[in-house]
Amino acid sequence: MLATVFSNKADDTTPSPAMAMATEVGKQIAIPMMGILFFLLFWSIAASNIDTSLGKFPGPSAVWEQFGSLYDEHVTEREKEEAFYERQEKRNAARVAKDPDYVPKIRAYTGKETFLDQIFTSLITVMSGFLLAAAIAIPLGIAIGLSKTLNTAVNPIIQIFKPVSPLAWLPLVTMVVSALYATPDPVIPKSFLNSMITVTLCCVWPMVINTAVGVASIDSDLVNVSKVLRLPALKHVQKIVLPASVPMIFTGMRLSLGVAWMVLIAAEMLAQNPGLGKFVWDEFQNGSSDSLSRIMTAVVVIGFIGFLLDRGMLQLQRIVSWDKNSVTR
Amino acid sequence: METLLNISHIDMVFPTPKGPFTALKDVDLQIKKGEFVSLIGHSGCGKSTVLNVVAGLYQASTGGVLLNGKEVTEPGPERAVVFQNHSLLPWLTAYENVELAVKQVFGKSKSKAEVKEWVEHNLKLVHMDHAMHKRPDEISGGMKQRVGIARALSMQPEILLMDEPFGALDALTRAHMQDSLMEIQNELNNTVIMITHDVDEAVLLSDRIVMMTNGPAATVGEILDINLERPRDRLALAEDPEYTHLRSEVLKFLYEKQRKVENIGASSTNTKADKNKSDEAA
Repeated sequence: MLATVFSNKADDTTPSPAMAMATEVGKQIAIPMMGILFFLLFWSIAASNIDTSLGKFPGPSAVWEQFGSLYDEHVTEREKEEAFYERQEKRNAARVAKDPDYVPKIRAYTGKETFLDQIFTSLITVMSGFLLAAAIAIPLGIAIGLSKTLNTAVNPIIQIFKPVSPLAWLPLVTMVVSALYATPDPVIPKSFLNSMITVTLCCVWPMVINTAVGVASIDSDLVNVSKVLRLPALKHVQKIVLPASVPMIFTGMRLSLGVAWMVLIAAEMLAQNPGLGKFVWDEFQNGSSDSLSRIMTAVVVIGFIGFLLDRGMLQLQRIVSWDKNSVTR
Repeated sequence: METLLNISHIDMVFPTPKGPFTALKDVDLQIKKGEFVSLIGHSGCGKSTVLNVVAGLYQASTGGVLLNGKEVTEPGPERAVVFQNHSLLPWLTAYENVELAVKQVFGKSKSKAEVKEWVEHNLKLVHMDHAMHKRPDEISGGMKQRVGIARALSMQPEILLMDEPFGALDALTRAHMQDSLMEIQNELNNTVIMITHDVDEAVLLSDRIVMMTNGPAATVGEILDINLERPRDRLALAEDPEYTHLRSEVLKFLYEKQRKVENIGASSTNTKADKNKSDEAA
């Protein structure tokens, strides 16, 4: 009897765990939603009050429409491409039927790149530049972190090149690539190399610095353990240094991937290399009544992809790193 | 019995921006096989420096260390170290931590199955076989230190060096660990040098207590032989007049002859006295 009284009382005063969780989830979702709604409202009010020579500044609804039409354009373009190859195949088949010695030539479709193609190009560029940078920066960072002498030697160079905007490198990269990569029939387009190397140049510094700091700040006791065990140098790096500095390496990688994505868009605009940046620039040059809303759509997409890249890195860190506490935000 | 380790007249001078600092002056100590020696002294007296020289992590400025007549020039598994804060690799499980050592030391002479058996044997020895596959952040401080000891023992060292192995543990856990260590010692009869702050620990575990004078230029002050019968039982010893006498000998050395005069020394003396009290309670 007493027990039931108590349990009733408990039910009255404290919300059930399920309820508490529901409110918590509600807060997690509802509050960001409110933020987004307010932003959209502010955006559409502000947009309707800005007049440009290309018409009104695009509001959320104009951007939404553009999403649809950009996708439609992509689908149409793909259909055209398919039709082109179909026609070519038929023509070739007909010629082979007439003349069995004829070796059919297949010509690539040279239609215009759609928005989705540009997104894809940008993603490939940023990932290759990033991976190339990681392949250079992580071993270099480990070497610098392990050797005080090397650190003292290299540090001034890093400190001077780190603050340079990679865009300043772009003309140099372009010229060097055209000078050194002078094949008549390049497998990899030069424009891709230009963007990629520019991305690499900006990715390298944060990764080198963070890796070196991570390696240099390994607990000296762990280093002593390695000494007592007489681990050979390579095994020392593999078993002690690398795992111990994984959290810092990831910090560097996340930083540089963020910067890389920003720089890539600018590089593509400046150098007319294919990608999202070129899309933005082309639309700007085009100057149609749709241009601004298409650019605004690209802006939103660029933001989303940047966000997803960062989340992706975070997820990768969660999987790879032993130190789950260092994985935050 | 023959001398296993000969610490022969070592001086340790560290260069500092203010000029050379003499940490150790003419430290001379011989340790026999199977002996358990404690180094005790106030903080900053260079106990750890002695241990690091024996481990090969530091090189003595003059003099040297001989193990089985051979000079120590670098760290090695025959002089395994148990570090104060366990120093387990946080990304490996208890098993993997010990395995890394076993593979490095016996990788060529033991087969895969033998390695596994030896790792498990050593973890069993420290009563950690139930949590072999846990990572250091999933087990308590005492358990981490047990794994640290298992790792050191697994190397089958000629001499085991322990740098305040239980210093970071609470009094109850510490007492428990001391009993464990005595039990292992009973079985393996290792040669051990242990650094400690704890007078009771030193008397309970050691065959000899080496008391060091205060730095700078610290050296061996007095050496006290502990001839209490083994196996030792902490409860029985608490009433033993011989134990009480030895204990007060160490206390006299630390708090009368080598009294620390600085303020910092005074405060650390207090905490030590507190530790001892709580130890007695345990």
